[in-house]
Amino acid sequence: MADQSKIRNFSIVAHIDHGKSTLADRMIEKTGVLTSREMQNQVLDNMDIERERGITIKSQAVRLIYKAKDGNEYTLNMIDTPGHVDFGYEVSRSLAACDGAILVVDATQGVEAQTLANVYLALDHDLDVFPVINKIDLPSAQPQEVKDEIEDVIGIEAQDAPLISAKNGIGIEDVLEAVVAKIPAPNGDANKPLTALIFDSVYDSYRGVIVFVRVRDGVIRKGMKVKFMATGAESEVVEVGYFGPGRFIASDELSAGDVGYFTASIKNIQDTRVGDTVTDSANPVSEPLPGYKKVMPMVYCGLYPADSAHYSDLRDALEKLQLNDASLFYEPETSQALGFGFRAGFLGLLHLEVIQERLEREYDLNLVTTAPGVVYKVHKTDGTVFDLTNPTNLPDPSEIDYMEEPMVNGEIMVTTEYVGAIMQLCQERRGRYISTDYIEQTRAILKYELPLNEIIYDFFDALKSRSRGYASFDYELKGYEKSELVKLDILINKEEVDALSFIVHKDGAYERGRKMCEKLKDEIPRHMFEIPIQAAVGGKVIARETVRAYRKDVLAKCYGGDITRKKKLLEKQKEGKKKMRQIGSVEVPQAAFLSVLKLDEE
Amino acid sequence: MSKDKALSLYVHIPFCKQKCLYCDFLSFPAGEQQIDCYFNALSKEIQMTAEDYKDYEVKSVFIGGGTPSFPEARYIAELMAELHSSFNISSDAEISMELNPGTASLEKLVTYRQAGVNRLSIGTQSLDDAALKAIGRIHDARTFYETYQNARKAGFENINIDIMSALPGQSIETYMDTVKKVVELHPEHISAYSLIIEEGTPFYDMDLDLPSEDEDREMYHRTRDYLAEHGYHRYEISNYALDYGDSDSLDSGIADEYLPDFEKYECYHNKVYWTRGNYLGLGLGSSSMVENVRWKNTSDMREYVDFFMGASNYQNADVTKLSSGEMENISVDSIREDYQKLSDSEVMEEFMFLGLRLVRGIDTEEFKALFNRDIREVYGEVIEKYTTQGLLEFADISGHRYLRLTTKGLDVSNTVMADFLLD
Repeated sequence: MADQSKIRNFSIVAHIDHGKSTLADRMIEKTGVLTSREMQNQVLDNMDIERERGITIKSQAVRLIYKAKDGNEYTLNMIDTPGHVDFGYEVSRSLAACDGAILVVDATQGVEAQTLANVYLALDHDLDVFPVINKIDLPSAQPQEVKDEIEDVIGIEAQDAPLISAKNGIGIEDVLEAVVAKIPAPNGDANKPLTALIFDSVYDSYRGVIVFVRVRDGVIRKGMKVKFMATGAESEVVEVGYFGPGRFIASDELSAGDVGYFTASIKNIQDTRVGDTVTDSANPVSEPLPGYKKVMPMVYCGLYPADSAHYSDLRDALEKLQLNDASLFYEPETSQALGFGFRAGFLGLLHLEVIQERLEREYDLNLVTTAPGVVYKVHKTDGTVFDLTNPTNLPDPSEIDYMEEPMVNGEIMVTTEYVGAIMQLCQERRGRYISTDYIEQTRAILKYELPLNEIIYDFFDALKSRSRGYASFDYELKGYEKSELVKLDILINKEEVDALSFIVHKDGAYERGRKMCEKLKDEIPRHMFEIPIQAAVGGKVIARETVRAYRKDVLAKCYGGDITRKKKLLEKQKEGKKKMRQIGSVEVPQAAFLSVLKLDEE
Repeated sequence: MSKDKALSLYVHIPFCKQKCLYCDFLSFPAGEQQIDCYFNALSKEIQMTAEDYKDYEVKSVFIGGGTPSFPEARYIAELMAELHSSFNISSDAEISMELNPGTASLEKLVTYRQAGVNRLSIGTQSLDDAALKAIGRIHDARTFYETYQNARKAGFENINIDIMSALPGQSIETYMDTVKKVVELHPEHISAYSLIIEEGTPFYDMDLDLPSEDEDREMYHRTRDYLAEHGYHRYEISNYALDYGDSDSLDSGIADEYLPDFEKYECYHNKVYWTRGNYLGLGLGSSSMVENVRWKNTSDMREYVDFFMGASNYQNADVTKLSSGEMENISVDSIREDYQKLSDSEVMEEFMFLGLRLVRGIDTEEFKALFNRDIREVYGEVIEKYTTQGLLEFADISGHRYLRLTTKGLDVSNTVMADFLLD
């Protein structure tokens, strides 16, 4: 049985780009589990999307064996966390399985908005947090200033923080020693009945659901029967083990303080909920461990299979994704334009994009996504109130007393030279100015109250382009406010396209309608007839563009009877048509539905 | 012995003096030795292949290129002699040959005519010298006139003139000027293509001053109307034939009633492709379809020549010929690629998308006879969609019910044809 005093369970938290994944890689390297040759560039980020975007999405764990300077061998369970604000929920899940956290701060950037958000999350979970200062090899590194800043802004001891360069492998030993010294050992009791917290799970077609757990008390071993407390489901454990780098390492048991996985031939993925507690069926506890706080989706959109024949594939894929992303919400819906699909809820726009990409890449689905929207509160004249997640369900204006929209408290950290540009952007997005705090001579935090629906479209892009990438943004939900909202409808060839309708503030309706028409005009191919594209509010057309009829579509000379070549061209054309959605007599490419999600910043 | 199976021959001559800027056909400049070598190989291919087609009667021959008139005339004369001795060529076969102004003297033309060529296709593309220069042609308008007059003098009574619209720098006026001048010559056939910029051609990478899409269409429509007014009927998307005989009952170039011999000047060989007749391709890169099997000859000149001439050297052209014994053991299959036995549904698709290229359209009764199904059973939805949009229509011609593209549909034929591909 493992000696709990030689176990350390920890996470690394950081602002995006501050070098968290690189540090994790170096620590894996230093602990000698893998040779340098085996190291992939970033071992923890093993999903394609993550590698391309350079961010970590799914929390994953790895067990390191470290021989410390005190001569003892320690088991270090490192649980990776996502860095983006949209994934606060996942960070929370990962942290619940830990006893401490390393805070990575970039020596050239200092404390950033997400640094704060993640540290507070860690502190909320009663974790011990110690900082390391990364990128000290860069000429612009200011380690002492950053240490002072950490103490001033976050209020944690930072003077003896290891100074490291994860990229160049400098100071990694110091970090490992600090983990041993500063992160508390688990304090569970292996003799008590089993309680283990599920912090993640994945589906494997051979083994069924693989459940990731942190064992609080007791022991879980092969052959024993376990119970999932929230669902009441019971299963016999088939395999238990640890997380090797990039693979599972089977073992006989997991004991109090351990982090690992088990399988139990669980085919029904609904049985294992992240945040649930696993206990021994023969000797169950009565109270589950405190789970995670339930998060509410903030952004909704419609997800439709490009080919309606793939509806059930999409449903299966969503089911599997939800298994390890409990923050994903979905329910079936039907669109006149797009057929059968789902209304899905997300934590934010990045979350939406990531899910969309995972569906397309991991599940090989071709999707059509509708414009994302937030949840509005509709107060009807009959006194009832309901949550509107799909613009199509907005009742007739005569039945609406008033509507409310969600507001956020936004914090934008930006270098002082771009303060003006960012303030202007916030004004355009109906932001209400609160304050400006200068944290240094060159950097300021702007505080604004902003309607959520103004930041879910292309706010991040706009922020980046107007600050040349220097601004970072963080927000939290503030509550609902009364607002003058209207439903903007798009008509293609006089037919209303439900999938393109959305809710907008009445002052922004014209501008958005005009931009959408322009965008659609570029995306919809010319047909044999003229196609008007109109934006309308309450039946009144406020913007219009026209796709002109097209004239020429004949093949060049077909030479010497080379029919095969001609047929290939026609096949290509037909393939193109398949990717179209039929709206009345107009074929609309799927790209058109996506293009209106990002109306360009000029 | 039945000789009733019809066959057409396409012979490819992949040489030209200089490649035109828009051309993506298999053609290149070559020296005398290379040309000689190629014709030797071609002659071998004919000898080796003809054996398999003893039961066929050749109804048409088309010698295309490249520029078949670029090599010395004797090569064509020898080629024709080889074809006549190897194949059973019908006495009234249509024997066409492509020709470019500036490559064919009266003497050459006489040789072609004597060798049995009875139809010429002269590619002038334009009669505006500026336009000719812009597309990289080697001749001017005056040279074309000379060639045309010489062709008549040499005894050609069936001549096609190729013209192109939507050329760089071309206006509707300069283009229509060419159309009018061509019509004044009274050729039996006119091919009018609109320039399509193909990937891989010099034009593809050039910044061209092309007519707008609207001007392009205008040129196309005015060609159709002008030619109709002057006694030419359109029988295929880009091809017009001089009406033969009484044409009073015709309107707008689409013939609803076919008079005997009315179609006389339509290119038989061209129609073979669209009606899925058997054709055998000979020479480099040529395509074939016989009894619903398609294939293509290699496009690699070295491979082609080496195969027929032994490991000879196309560059040195010091030819070591194979003995007849050696030849018996090898099959021309080695230089053929992309063999494809068409499935029933592929035949059906082709029947539709090729047949619709003809203005007359496809015969719905023929469809039923061939596939044993009613056309609406297979294509009801597509037909409904495009008849509603006014791109397809039914017409009764000579007692048969045809499905054809409307005038409007002919402009956007690809869109319609693509929908006749089966999943």
